[in-house]
Amino acid sequence: MKFGVVIFPGSNCDHDTHHVLKSVLGQETVFFWHQDTDLQDVDTVILPGGFAYGDYLRSGAIARFSPILESVRQHAQEGKLVVGICNGFQILQEAGLLPGVMLRNAGLRFVCRHVWLRTENNQTPFTNACQEGQVLKIPIAHNEGNFFISKQELAELQENQQIIFRYSDAQGDVIPEANPNGSIDSIAGVMNRQGNVMGMMPHPERASEALLSSEDGRFIFKSMIDTVTRINH
Amino acid sequence: MEITLDLIESHGLTTEEYEQIRKRLGREPNLTELGIFSVMWSEHCSYKSSRLHLKKLPTQGPQVLQGPGENAGVIDIGDGLAAVFKMESHNHPSFIEPYEGAATGVGGIIRDIFTMGARPIALLNSLRFGPLEDTANQLIMEGVVAGIAGYGNCIGIPTVGGEIQFQEAYSHNPLVNVFCLGIAAADEIFLAQASGVGNALIYVGAKTGRDGIHGVTMASEEFNEDAQSKRPNVQVGDPFMEKLLLEACLEAMKTGAVVGIQDMGGAGLTCSTCEMGSRGEVGVEIELARVPQREEKMTPYEIMLSESQERMLLVAEKERQEEVLEIFRKWDLDAVVIGEVSEGHDLTVYDQGSKIAQMPNKALSDEAPFYDRPSRRPAYLDELPRWQDLNFPEPSDYNTLLQEIVSSPHLCSRRWVFQQYDHMVQTNTAILPGSDAAVLRLKGTSSGLAVSLDGNSRFTYLDPRMGAMLAVAESCRNVVCCGARPLGATNCLNFGSPENPEVMWQFIESVEGIGQACEVFATPITGGNVSFYNETNGAAILPTPILGIVGKLEDLKQIRESSFQNAGDLVYLLGETRAELGGSAYLEHLGLPLSGPCPALDLNQEKALQDKLLELIAVEYIESAHDISEGGLLLTLAECCFPRSLGLAMEASTSLRPDHYLLSESPSRIVVSVKKEKEEEFLKRVSDLEVQKLGEVTDETFQVSVNELSLISVPIKRIFQVWNGFLDGVFEH
Repeated sequence: MKFGVVIFPGSNCDHDTHHVLKSVLGQETVFFWHQDTDLQDVDTVILPGGFAYGDYLRSGAIARFSPILESVRQHAQEGKLVVGICNGFQILQEAGLLPGVMLRNAGLRFVCRHVWLRTENNQTPFTNACQEGQVLKIPIAHNEGNFFISKQELAELQENQQIIFRYSDAQGDVIPEANPNGSIDSIAGVMNRQGNVMGMMPHPERASEALLSSEDGRFIFKSMIDTVTRINH
Repeated sequence: MEITLDLIESHGLTTEEYEQIRKRLGREPNLTELGIFSVMWSEHCSYKSSRLHLKKLPTQGPQVLQGPGENAGVIDIGDGLAAVFKMESHNHPSFIEPYEGAATGVGGIIRDIFTMGARPIALLNSLRFGPLEDTANQLIMEGVVAGIAGYGNCIGIPTVGGEIQFQEAYSHNPLVNVFCLGIAAADEIFLAQASGVGNALIYVGAKTGRDGIHGVTMASEEFNEDAQSKRPNVQVGDPFMEKLLLEACLEAMKTGAVVGIQDMGGAGLTCSTCEMGSRGEVGVEIELARVPQREEKMTPYEIMLSESQERMLLVAEKERQEEVLEIFRKWDLDAVVIGEVSEGHDLTVYDQGSKIAQMPNKALSDEAPFYDRPSRRPAYLDELPRWQDLNFPEPSDYNTLLQEIVSSPHLCSRRWVFQQYDHMVQTNTAILPGSDAAVLRLKGTSSGLAVSLDGNSRFTYLDPRMGAMLAVAESCRNVVCCGARPLGATNCLNFGSPENPEVMWQFIESVEGIGQACEVFATPITGGNVSFYNETNGAAILPTPILGIVGKLEDLKQIRESSFQNAGDLVYLLGETRAELGGSAYLEHLGLPLSGPCPALDLNQEKALQDKLLELIAVEYIESAHDISEGGLLLTLAECCFPRSLGLAMEASTSLRPDHYLLSESPSRIVVSVKKEKEEEFLKRVSDLEVQKLGEVTDETFQVSVNELSLISVPIKRIFQVWNGFLDGVFEH
């Protein structure tokens, strides 16, 4: 299994993601510079968190023009896995690879804390190591994570089971008090219609070691590793 | 332009200082040279009032790789690694423009760290505001917190801890002290020195604009009603630019072609050129026409004095300069050779080929004037009320008292603040904000670093020397409570005008107190910052020395949190509780005047306590450890219960009045929890200490009995809600 982590100018979770994949999970992992176009032979591309181009305009609005995005689009079209975490999610939305847009958090402040996520669909390459409805403890850290989408498109997401994670309480109840940013339908993570491109605001790479209060993020990486290993054999 | 008395005065120079400039040059300076001297000889850059006294601080130790005088201090932390750290103030800008003032403070301290070749891994801050009842103070605090968050979050360095106090004296003069810690290979430390005649001076980063001109001069004066007119002196930060600069500089340093590097912070291009030349004992020549400029028709005076942010000056080997330039191009950054290292010892400035300024580097830096300013013990110290004479009654209901204490701005949870900071990026934060010290693991090793910032301005007001010693002791104690051994210190000394002999006395006493304490704790001062002139309309802030201590945790498995771990564990108090309410948060809460005496610290007793705790942690007798400071034993116990929502059954006896006992702020005390089966061994080990059994950790009720009288019984969740939500109540309505 080979992962590629994209570095945009202003990415700041690139090394964290690389660390988990390579040093914690022992997977072959390479970095791509945003101007690269050759994705070598990676199985999965990850767009990490951060503030690409400072996010001064609109999160992800400039990064989507980086040369590597064309290759990422091609990679996705071939049915291979693409994941956007936090800022990476925003970039994939701006690039049209994932649905919805991000508004500023409902509280109009940056929020960094652990949240609970209910796994809404465990039949995906990103969650198949999770139990049905499993509740994961994973931190968020963002200013613009308020997922928004039209009613009609929301119905489609629901219909097609594209909603992968919702913010919940520790028991897995999706209640308004557990929604940290005002996201519509408490959406924390979604995938595309084809089911091979996923975006999530919480940071699984920050919850993959016992020392860091939670290891639940590993379920997400493990799902991808299992999926790709199965396909490759 | 003719140099007139008015012009000299408007540059913040005295006529005597101007005479010295003439003497050093052997002629009249021109306007550009006057500007250059004025910023370099400002209090901010020259430390002219403090230099004499800072020499008294201990700066040596086998662990010290770099002491004061460089951009940051460096200590050896084993495994071939070095910890690089420093603290700085950005008080004046933060009052005028809270968001940008605080943000650029963060940007500045980060540059100081990566300039040394270190990757920054953590930020902390120490803040002082006026009381939150006043909306103006709320706005300042909101802006400062957002500014710190805006910069640190974007650049991707976690803000992992700090402390806040509120006092009327800070209403028109808030304090923003920022600390940054970085990690470097111990044998790859970079210094801010120019060397090698002919080597290239490379300007990198943001373009130069007219922002921040005379920022350091502003920071070297008191404020009056016109403070807001100084807004153009405050710089604007661009954390994205700095992120690129950080990555590009670290990459360039790896080539081996960089021989020296300094950031352009206060006094910008002026400071970086002459200081690098002075340290390297060489001359420096620059051509201003080559300096990347953001605005048109900037004069040499403006270019030399601009404090535009996110700029660095590198000295690179002449033959390899192209290699270095190429890296900055990759990161889309301006990088231009603006001059070279030259023979001699002067800073020589050209504009379009014609020489416009020439001054000895040393005259600008090392040989700037310094003063032995007169000092006098302040009169107020003889008129301080004694808390014992205040005769406040014992509270009738301790349940209510507890509710009130935990919802006071001084003692409530700081969650509202640190939740706005990305405190987890880089995935090293082993102890999240809210415990005694922040702990960062060191990837690739089994060890970590603990950091704590502390200072209690009520204590330093009552007794500057004792207060400063207490700050060092508390900071070390916090580090020790996490299981780490203190290794080094930095400080940020915030005071009023040094021209006021009473302020000068406070300063000298504080510095000497820090020195005494750092000797005992074996934590040499490796650098720091002095911020004078924290006055508005003649009213000075409380003397506020802030200490930052960095410690090493040899084995991350021995990490200890402040929170109780399991119901059934036994709770012990290490150290003696005396009736010491002077300067306490309790009196503040009761609305009583700031009264003495300051709690008394025995340095050797404190050191023995800290060594004992480390010994107890090493043999795994301790489940949790939490130091007692503001809010006394009562708040400490509540804080031990909050994180895991555990309760406490406490039964203690004391000869003191119960509220005095529960809220005394006697130093050298730690609350620990111990597994029942280890109690006997634990007691044997602590036989040489003052020890008191307090009770047992329980499931959910917080119960306190003193002298067999039940005083408090309340569900911990209820107290937690009040404590946890107080700042939301202030800011989110």
